[in-house]
Amino acid sequence: MRTLAVLGLLARRNLWRNHRRTIIMLGAISVGVWAMIFMTALTQGMVNEMIKDGVSALPGHVQVHNPAYRDDPNINNLLPASDSEITQMFEGAGFKAWASRIKVPAVITSERESRGVTLLGIDPVRERGLSFVSYDDVEGRFLKDEEDSGVVIGQKLANTLETNVGKRIVLMSQDPDNDIADRGFRVVGVFHANMESFEETYVFAGKATLQKMLRVGDRVTEVVVLGDDYRDVEPVYNEVLKLVDGGVEVSRWFELNTYLGAMLKVMDGFVLIWVIVIFLALSFGLVNTLVMAVFERVREIGLMLALGMKPAHILGQIIIESMSLLIIGLAIGDLLAWATIVPLQSGIDISAVAKGMEMMGASSILYPQLRLEDVILANVVVLVLGFFASLSPAWRASRYEPIEAITKVD
Amino acid sequence: MTAVRCVDLCKTYRQGDQDVKALDHVSIEIAEGGFACLSAPSGGGKTTLLNAIGGLDKPDHGEVYIDGQRIDNLGKGELAELRLRRIGFVFQAFNLIPVLSARENVEFVMQVQGVVATERRIRSTEILEEVGLAGLENRRPAEMSGGQQQRVAVARAIVSRPALVLADEPTANLDSKTSDGLMGLFTELNRHHKTTFIIATHDQRVMAYAKRLIRMLDGRIVDDIEQHA
Repeated sequence: MRTLAVLGLLARRNLWRNHRRTIIMLGAISVGVWAMIFMTALTQGMVNEMIKDGVSALPGHVQVHNPAYRDDPNINNLLPASDSEITQMFEGAGFKAWASRIKVPAVITSERESRGVTLLGIDPVRERGLSFVSYDDVEGRFLKDEEDSGVVIGQKLANTLETNVGKRIVLMSQDPDNDIADRGFRVVGVFHANMESFEETYVFAGKATLQKMLRVGDRVTEVVVLGDDYRDVEPVYNEVLKLVDGGVEVSRWFELNTYLGAMLKVMDGFVLIWVIVIFLALSFGLVNTLVMAVFERVREIGLMLALGMKPAHILGQIIIESMSLLIIGLAIGDLLAWATIVPLQSGIDISAVAKGMEMMGASSILYPQLRLEDVILANVVVLVLGFFASLSPAWRASRYEPIEAITKVD
Repeated sequence: MTAVRCVDLCKTYRQGDQDVKALDHVSIEIAEGGFACLSAPSGGGKTTLLNAIGGLDKPDHGEVYIDGQRIDNLGKGELAELRLRRIGFVFQAFNLIPVLSARENVEFVMQVQGVVATERRIRSTEILEEVGLAGLENRRPAEMSGGQQQRVAVARAIVSRPALVLADEPTANLDSKTSDGLMGLFTELNRHHKTTFIIATHDQRVMAYAKRLIRMLDGRIVDDIEQHA
C-alpha cells in the first residue's frame, strides 16, 4: 500500500514534469472521448428516432394477428376472438397502452385522383399514445370516437388527391365475401407527420364505422401493445403470450419491421467499431507519450531498480501514469460530451438532408441521445485497451538492467 | 562473521572489438562491521566489483555471498529485495530521483520498505540534519548543488540503517570540509551500528578513514592492507 502511495506520487510528478506534453495528450484523449460519445449520441439519437417513428408508425412493441395476416393482410384474416373478448383479455393487464384495430389495404378516391392506402379503423381514445399522429396537430379535427363517420388523411395524400378538410372522398376495400365494400366519407382532419411516407400511406377511420363498412361484425385484424422500452420488449411479449389463446401469432416490433430490427443491431455494432477506431488513433499518441516518457527516464528507472524497487513496481508506475492520463482525459471528455449533447437534446434541425434521412426511415429533427451504457462503453474501451497499449512500454521499462540503465549516456 | 565474500570473480566486457577484463579472478572477504576502501585507477575494476557485491551486475564466473547467502544466482526480484532490505547505495552520479524533494528522496527506500509515515519523517529529518541539509528538505535535486545532492544520496543510503553500504566515489563532488563531515558520519555509523562500508574511491583523504585498503589494477587485487584509522 505504501509502495502504491510512492508510485502514485511519482506518477503524478512525472506527468506534470513535461506538462506541455501531458496537456497535449490530455487534449487528444478528451477530444477523442468526446468524439466517441458525441457521435454515438447522434447515431443513437438517429436510430432512436427511426425506431420510435417506426414503432409509432403503428406496430407498437408487440402485435397479435391471425397467423395468416402478415403474409396476406386482408379482411379474411381476422383475429379469431371478437373485439369485446379482446377487450376483456387486455383490459387491466397493466400495459402502458394497447388498442385493437382493423387494418386493411384500400383505395381512396377524390373527385380528381385515386391512391392505394392502408386503411386503419381505430378507437381514437385507445390509440392516443400508440400512433405517430399528434391529435393536436391536425388540421380540422381528429376522430372523436370509434363511431366517427369522418376520415383523417395525411397532408401529402390530401395534396395528391387535391382534397382537403370538409371535402368528400370514397374508400373502397373488400369484405370477407370478396365483394367490394365502399363508402363515402367526409375528410374531417388532415394530419402532419415527421415522414411524408406516413402522410401518404395511412388513412384513419372509426373502428366501428369500418367494421360496418367491411361487414365484419365485432372483429378486428390486430391488437397492438406498447411497453416501456423498445429495447426490452420481452416482458410485454411474454405477458401477451400468456393472455392470448393459441391460434394467433404474437410478434415483436423487430419481427414486424425487420429493417428496423436489423438497423438497431447494426448501429449497436457500429457504435462499438466507432469507439474502437477512435481509440486506435488515440493509442498511437498514448503509446508514443509513454515510450518517450520511459526513454527520458532510463537512468532514473535504473536508480529505482538499484535501490530495491522491484520490476513489477516499475511496471506498475508506468501503468499508473498511463491510467491517470486516461482517467483525467476520460473525465474531461465525458464532461465535454455532456456539455455539448445536453443543450442539443431538444433537437437538431437537419432538414437540409431530410430527404436522405427519410429514405433511411429517420425524421428531419435529430435528437442526440446520451445513454449511460454508451458512455460506460466508451470509458471501458478506453481504459481496457489503454491498459493493454501501456503494457509494452511499461514492460520494457521494468526489464532494464539497473546498472546499464543508470550509466546510460544521453 | 563475514559480511561479504567474493570467490574467484571474473567479468569481461566487450569494448569495441576488444575484451576488457574488469574482474580477473577476484576473491575477497569483508567482515561484518568492516570499513574497506577499494582503490584503483580508472578502469581498474573497483566499480565492477562494487556492482557485483551489490547484485547490480552478474559476474561471468565466481560466487558472491552477502551475510552467508549466495546472491549471484538470485533472480531480479530477489536481488531487488536484498538491495532494498540490506544494502545502501551511493552512486558516483545520478543519485537522486529528479521529481522528488530531498526529503522524499531520503524517504523513498523506507517508503518502499513499508516504514510508516511518522517514522519516516522522524528519521529523514534526523539524517538530513546530520548531513547538514536541515532547511533544504523540500528542495528538488535541480535546486541543489552537486555536493548537496550527494549528501542527500548518502542520507538515503544510510537512513534505513542497512547492514552494508556500498559507495562509489561518494565524495567526488564534495569540498574537503563536507567530505570530512561525510566520512565522519560513515565512521560513526561503522563504529556504533557495525554497518559495513565498502567505498570505491580515488580520494586519499577517504582512504585515510578506512580500516582496510584494497588496491586493484586491471581487475585484480594487488594489495590488501589493514590500517588504523
